[in-house]
Amino acid sequence: MYPSFDSIIETLNAGKTFSFPGGVHPDDKKSLSNTSVIKKPSMPELLVVPLRQHIGSDGICCVQVGDTVLKGQVLSQSSSPFSVPVHAPTSGEIVAIAPHVVAHPSGLTEMCISIRPDGKDTWCELSPIANYSDVHSNELIEAICQAGISGMGGAGFPTHIKTSTSKPVEFLILNGIECEPYITSDDRLMRENAWQIRQGLDILTHLIGPEAIIVAVEDNKPEAFEALSIACQDKKEYRVVNVETKYPAGGEKQLIQVITGREVPRNGLPADIGVMMFNVGTCFAIADAILHGKPLIERIVTVTGEAVESPSNFRALIGTPVSHLLDEAKYNPKKQKKPKVVMGGPMMGFTLSDATIPVIKTTNCLLVPAKKELVDDNAERPCIRCSACADACPASLLPQQMFWHAKAKEYDKAEEYDLFDCIECGACAYVCPSEIPLVHYYRQAKAEIRLQRDEKNKAEKAKQRFEARKERLEREKREREEKHRKAKEARLAANKAKEQSAASVDNTNSANEGASQAKDKVAAALARAKAKKAAMQTSANGESHVQPQRDDVNETSTSLENTPSPDDKKAQVAAAIARAKAKKAAQAGQSSQSSQNEQPATEVGAQSAADEKKARIAAAVAKVKAKKAEQNTEDSEEPASQVDEKPALNPADEKKARIAAAVAKAKAKKAAQNAEETTKEPAPPANQADEKKARIAAAVAKAKAKKAAQNAEEATEKSAPPVNQADEKKARIAAAVAKAKAKKAAQNTEVEPEDASLKGASTHVVSSDSQAPDTSRAEPAQEQQRDEKDEKKARIAAAIAKAKAKKAAADKEKESQ
Amino acid sequence: MTISTAIIFAVIAIGALALIFGLVLGYASIRFKVEGDPLVEQIDAVLPQTQCGQCGYPGCKPYAEAIAEGDDINKCPPGGESTIKNRADLMGVEPKPLDAAHGEEDVKKVAFIREDECIGCTKCIQACPVDAILGAAKHMHTVITDECTGCDLCVDPCPVDCIDMVPITQTTSTWKWDFSSSPKGDIPIKMVS
Repeated sequence: MYPSFDSIIETLNAGKTFSFPGGVHPDDKKSLSNTSVIKKPSMPELLVVPLRQHIGSDGICCVQVGDTVLKGQVLSQSSSPFSVPVHAPTSGEIVAIAPHVVAHPSGLTEMCISIRPDGKDTWCELSPIANYSDVHSNELIEAICQAGISGMGGAGFPTHIKTSTSKPVEFLILNGIECEPYITSDDRLMRENAWQIRQGLDILTHLIGPEAIIVAVEDNKPEAFEALSIACQDKKEYRVVNVETKYPAGGEKQLIQVITGREVPRNGLPADIGVMMFNVGTCFAIADAILHGKPLIERIVTVTGEAVESPSNFRALIGTPVSHLLDEAKYNPKKQKKPKVVMGGPMMGFTLSDATIPVIKTTNCLLVPAKKELVDDNAERPCIRCSACADACPASLLPQQMFWHAKAKEYDKAEEYDLFDCIECGACAYVCPSEIPLVHYYRQAKAEIRLQRDEKNKAEKAKQRFEARKERLEREKREREEKHRKAKEARLAANKAKEQSAASVDNTNSANEGASQAKDKVAAALARAKAKKAAMQTSANGESHVQPQRDDVNETSTSLENTPSPDDKKAQVAAAIARAKAKKAAQAGQSSQSSQNEQPATEVGAQSAADEKKARIAAAVAKVKAKKAEQNTEDSEEPASQVDEKPALNPADEKKARIAAAVAKAKAKKAAQNAEETTKEPAPPANQADEKKARIAAAVAKAKAKKAAQNAEEATEKSAPPVNQADEKKARIAAAVAKAKAKKAAQNTEVEPEDASLKGASTHVVSSDSQAPDTSRAEPAQEQQRDEKDEKKARIAAAIAKAKAKKAAADKEKESQ
Repeated sequence: MTISTAIIFAVIAIGALALIFGLVLGYASIRFKVEGDPLVEQIDAVLPQTQCGQCGYPGCKPYAEAIAEGDDINKCPPGGESTIKNRADLMGVEPKPLDAAHGEEDVKKVAFIREDECIGCTKCIQACPVDAILGAAKHMHTVITDECTGCDLCVDPCPVDCIDMVPITQTTSTWKWDFSSSPKGDIPIKMVS
């Protein structure tokens, strides 16, 4: 059982304190900097404010690059109760929000906001709470949170979390120990700003309502003790206590043990044993936040070590680059073997990887040791089991055992030796005669264990998700089977019922009747499915132009839709006939065309580059044709369906269109085949350039053809519906002209001699199809007007053409394989 | 008492005892019934649950079952050497090196869909064993990074090859105090002067 409140007070009144086990007495080296008054450094050129400066989660950045911010303006908002905002340390412009190296031993980057100061240092509007004793404590806690205050002693625990405890607090302890060697920032703060610390203590006392208030100062800082005693002399309940100098007396758990004799339980908080502790720097910041409304944007940083000419204490803005402070303290690189700056003290600090790392809320010291000041030779020797580390450990652990297991990566055993109770103070490493960096091993082991835990949790989650998915899939399968089974049953039942009814009507040929009925049903279902598909096709009309069969369905749908229900059957019959014909025609065309094409195919088999190009162009041309044919069909269809007079004529037109499309496709395929065959020979160097050119040509051709087709369409619309066939012819001629032009355009874009073959190929393809290339000359003028509008269409068409050619090539490849 | 009555008594007594024990055992077998094979559960717990199928079984649980049946313990590349050791302890066999036929141990990765290129085919969604891909037909898909186990199974089905396996980047919170990348000597304590 730990000491009771009364016995503790008695001990304190007697001028005695308790003690903690272990501890070391390193040379404190504080005289280097503890006589230099806190200075304000000059404004750096750039301030880099990390979004996360404490344990907990990142805030959400609420400014943008280019914004002008005022001093004290909020830069990030809390994303969770455990995070505090960061503020602009001065007025200026935000020049970057990007990952930057941060004050972390890993030297990894985190999100930072870079501010270029404008030099004016204009404050934003502040809202101090002067009469804090009249204000509800929730409001004060909120103000502390909004001021971005997190513990300034080292860990950086958000202060508002600490203050909002619901547990009764017996002791409020102000930590002015600063036990680590070299560091004097708290010392100077206590000497120079004792009164404001006292004000902060008043606020904390009001907020927490402790039974006893203790200000603890180590006995190697008599001036600070004096200053605080004077500041607190009018209040009898504020006890300023001198504590024996021993490292690490400034650790939270150790100081609690020194003052109260109580030990913080494992996994517990000081509040669990009725104690709450704040660093003097935090206390100062709280007074600033409440009484002046100023957020936490600056802190005292000791720049010390024998490699700086004038070790001093700076009131540095958060975000000040380390290099700037070093310059201010007259850093002399010659005194170091290689640049080495330690952030924090020599016991718990870490070496910085970059001099642009910014000062953050927990940065109390920058140590720049001279050559012989710190040993840095990694001369780790075997453990000799001297147990000096166990004697030095302030947490009464067995460091050599933990080291043993951590080194062997037996993390579970290291954990059994209470690895997580280690405060990483470095006392064990300090006393180790074998120079083993013990804390390093503990940190590694801790990180590893934490990651393993995370991984285990993640694995557990993955397992759950996997099982949930498996179950879902099984369920779905079951449901599907159930559905099928039910449908089957229903079907059987229906059939049976029908059979029975048929039997009742006609006993003699009931079997035949049932069968035919079933057939009827099937036919009806098919018809329905078709109608549905057709409807879908109409809605996606734009896409359907490629496939003749689809057109077909399309056409069916139009006729279906346009004709009243009595005509329905007729239209369907017509459509069916049309389809059949078209198919037949397409087949015929394809076969004849392929035989025709045989010759050119063999002819061009020599130069693969040219071939590929040709293939592409052929594909494009084919596309154009298909398109045109389709449009023609549509053209002719429109009037036909409008008038609804000659359904017979319609299929005839369509047939033609279909044939054209089929021929075009066949050609494209052939061309692709050729290309494929020839590309099996060594690849030519000019391949890529050619390909590009061909593509451009194809696109151009496409565009033109399209335009021509549209013209044709217009023309068709103008002319009377009865002269449908004539219109179609015209359209064809127009298209042919367009193609010819496309060809020419393609030629023009290409200057190289190889293109002669391309020309030949495309000419061949074109001429085989178009009968009268030179009829209409009036087109070009119109074309240019519609250029822009068509461009998009052309592009899409070109893309489709390309896709087809590619597909054909792929098919061919597959076949050949 | 004749010898026959003695035999009868003995038989009755033994029979009664057999009945009682039978009832007790029967009750116990119902009351303390163990669902499934506890060994499988234990093995499953030391598998990484990536559900990647690299072991040749459709998921970690089936592989755990196979191990319980006597399959090799070294077929799990994502788990690596450390989980092989755990399984060896569990099964009471000697740890073996990872069977290279099933793949090599690699850094942890997560899938990343290049969203500009995604055509919304849902093939990767169907392939994902842990439902970590979000999307709908003809809509862009994306990976829920936190749920992704890095199993690689979505990469092959993608028709446009827009899925990359991206190594997980190290952050300050996942850093393991590995000073190979930064200067050693984080505890610069040894004072000489």
